Amino acid sequence: MPGQKTFVSGDEAVAMGARLARPHVISAYPITPQTVVVERLSDYVEDGSLNAEFMHVESEHSAMSAAMGVSSVGARAFTATSSQGLLHMCEGLHYASGARFPIVMMNANRATAAPWNIYGDQRDSLSMLDCGWIQVYVEDAQEALDMIIQAYRIAEDPEVLTPFMVNLDGFVLTHTYELVEVPPQETVDAFLPPYQTVNKMDLANPQSLCITVGPNLNLEIKYQQHMAMVNAEKAIDAVDREFGDVFGRYYGGMVQGYRCEDAEVILAATGTTAGTARVVVDAMREQGHAVGLLKLRYLRPFPIRQVCDIAGRVKAVGVLDRDISFGLEGTIYTNVNSALSRLAQKPLTLNFVGGLGGRDISRENIESIFTTLLAAAGGVSQPEVQFFGMECATDE
Amino acid sequence: MNKTQAKSINARTIDDREFFYGHKACAGCGGSVAVRLALKVLGENTFSVLPANCMSAVGFIYPQMAFSSNAMIAPFPSTAAMLSGVAVGARALGIKGAYSIGFAGDGGTADIGLQALSGAIDRRDPIIYICYDNEAYMNTGIQKSGLTPYGATTTTTPAGKNLPGSVRPKKNMFEIVAAHGIDYAATCSIGYPQDYMKKIQKAAQVEGTAYIHVYASCPTGWGVPTERSVDVAKEAVDCGLWFLAEYENGRFRLNKNPREFKPVKDYLKKQGRFRHLSDRDIETIVQQRDAKWEKMRREWL
Amino acid sequence: MNRPEVQPYQKPFCIKELPLGSTFTGGHLVEKNAGWRTFRPIVDQDKCTGCLRCYLVCPDGVIFRSGDEMVIDYDFCKGCGVCAYECKARAIEMIKEEL
Repeated sequence: MPGQKTFVSGDEAVAMGARLARPHVISAYPITPQTVVVERLSDYVEDGSLNAEFMHVESEHSAMSAAMGVSSVGARAFTATSSQGLLHMCEGLHYASGARFPIVMMNANRATAAPWNIYGDQRDSLSMLDCGWIQVYVEDAQEALDMIIQAYRIAEDPEVLTPFMVNLDGFVLTHTYELVEVPPQETVDAFLPPYQTVNKMDLANPQSLCITVGPNLNLEIKYQQHMAMVNAEKAIDAVDREFGDVFGRYYGGMVQGYRCEDAEVILAATGTTAGTARVVVDAMREQGHAVGLLKLRYLRPFPIRQVCDIAGRVKAVGVLDRDISFGLEGTIYTNVNSALSRLAQKPLTLNFVGGLGGRDISRENIESIFTTLLAAAGGVSQPEVQFFGMECATDE
Repeated sequence: MNKTQAKSINARTIDDREFFYGHKACAGCGGSVAVRLALKVLGENTFSVLPANCMSAVGFIYPQMAFSSNAMIAPFPSTAAMLSGVAVGARALGIKGAYSIGFAGDGGTADIGLQALSGAIDRRDPIIYICYDNEAYMNTGIQKSGLTPYGATTTTTPAGKNLPGSVRPKKNMFEIVAAHGIDYAATCSIGYPQDYMKKIQKAAQVEGTAYIHVYASCPTGWGVPTERSVDVAKEAVDCGLWFLAEYENGRFRLNKNPREFKPVKDYLKKQGRFRHLSDRDIETIVQQRDAKWEKMRREWL
Repeated sequence: MNRPEVQPYQKPFCIKELPLGSTFTGGHLVEKNAGWRTFRPIVDQDKCTGCLRCYLVCPDGVIFRSGDEMVIDYDFCKGCGVCAYECKARAIEMIKEEL
């Protein structure tokens, strides 16, 4: 049964998805451009359409700590943040994943200070790839709403039990409006049962949580955590398929390839940029260029096999990073290269860094990237890491 | 029977089970007396939260779990935030009759944990927050905290030719939480266990947020023989450097008002951390005590 | 049984036997603290008045009333001497442990 269609922003879609997922407690601290999420959730609590407790925490570190407290008694927790807030709760990110609390958090991708910038790029979440959270990057408001629901299903799976971060591009997605179908509550309830776990404090069976594990067993516990994340791919794919069956929207699982099968060069991109790139792919195909788009949805666990399967067949892969790991290259580029290094024949890879601090990524930018990739595939030497869309000349 | 509803809480009416047992705290640890007694007053239906501190460091070392009621370690800054999440999450699940109790040290309360505590009181979350005060960061090896008193030598305020140890007084945590308009706050000492247990019971019955500040000696950090651990915590009250009081219904009340104080000098000189103090330093400390008691006697009786 | 006792412990043999993440059974003890002691408390039951102060102030909770007697769990007594010092009836003596 299809749901009602409504015209909402990315933030509002997240709030609706969170409401449908029936969290028990929301503990979130406002930060641009996530604020609309917490404001809507407060409205829903006030008008009774969301039966949850809303904790007015006094910082993001406390927001994550409170969410862990909620999860520790077996309740469903939701929180949301961005940029400085994500960094402020960094200790809590490692903590929650090590404690195996299936918290779901929306993150509005925003530049990190200094200098101050409230606009979109992905340095915040990409600098947190190592903290043990599943990370997905959504392209539009519909995917955002849908992924909040999927996130709980995947995170709470007893084989997974890993916290889950849903990333939306700041302003470009959080504050733009589109038509979104809101699934009916009954359908979501059937798809997402209440949270059941043994990983909780239980009056009938007292437990010690967030314990100390020394050198005698720490390595093995971390292996266990790593393997749970690696094996989460099974749950991710299964939930994607089931979601499609029930709600009518499939997202392709870990990645979504578009016109890559016969492509000469492809561009790997995340989030809203993938949406722009798809339009450019079609336009360039019209002109006879064999280009394709590899939308990376999940960056953790990283889709090693899928990237190798798709990118292994092309001549050149461009990786678009709204991020720079200073002194090296874009983080997604590092991840893609690592995956492709498993291939006997690795395609040529190039890194395109741009869109930082809210700098727009236009169709022209992407077209120019594809042109560079095609030239590279044709043998023209290119710098491996290039910043694009710059408005100042560089020394090069 | 719910022991906290018992009219009179004492050694016979507290739960006879041990909920904090087999831990690796130092012999004579005052903090463990505080944790142990609080859990025996509240019984088995508790969710305890402890940040990084001595009590958590000695109680959760895999595979030796010293807490036999539910307990969890919080990140250092956020005892009160995690504890609030526990209490609110339990409430959202409809779990009734369980106490959410936090045990943080002086550093984990007055320094790094202050923000989270302030937020929890502001939200009026249904928690019992216990600060066990041994007057330094003992778990990491006796460094100065916001509750280290004037004149104490610590590894980061070593007493020497130029300085008398810590040059700042204790932060006034009791009045800080009272200034939030908290539902109930009290100061205690393990040297007066009966008074402590009674206040834990009162805190358990509060509808809202409760804060208990219990003076808990540390023989290792204070430089006293282990057997004197409880006695020195009693003497702190008897010489007036600590006090037993409550804040309830917006009013302060001094519970114990000694006619005569035991000598401050005796209390100080029997501890290794104060042994270096000159007579002038001791005089400064006595004057600070007198100023505080003058105010308390004027306003809190 | 009103206090946990030491139980046998087998280190997990394979990943499946590991505790999940950072969670483990409460009240699970695998080793005693008896080895910490240099002195052990001995109670003179005749002198004991049953005030139970020792029971309240023991940091380890090892001294408790059982019937008419004060009993000590020597598996977990660290020999700190607080009980002996606090006993107003001077009913507890700290005796040096034999090696």
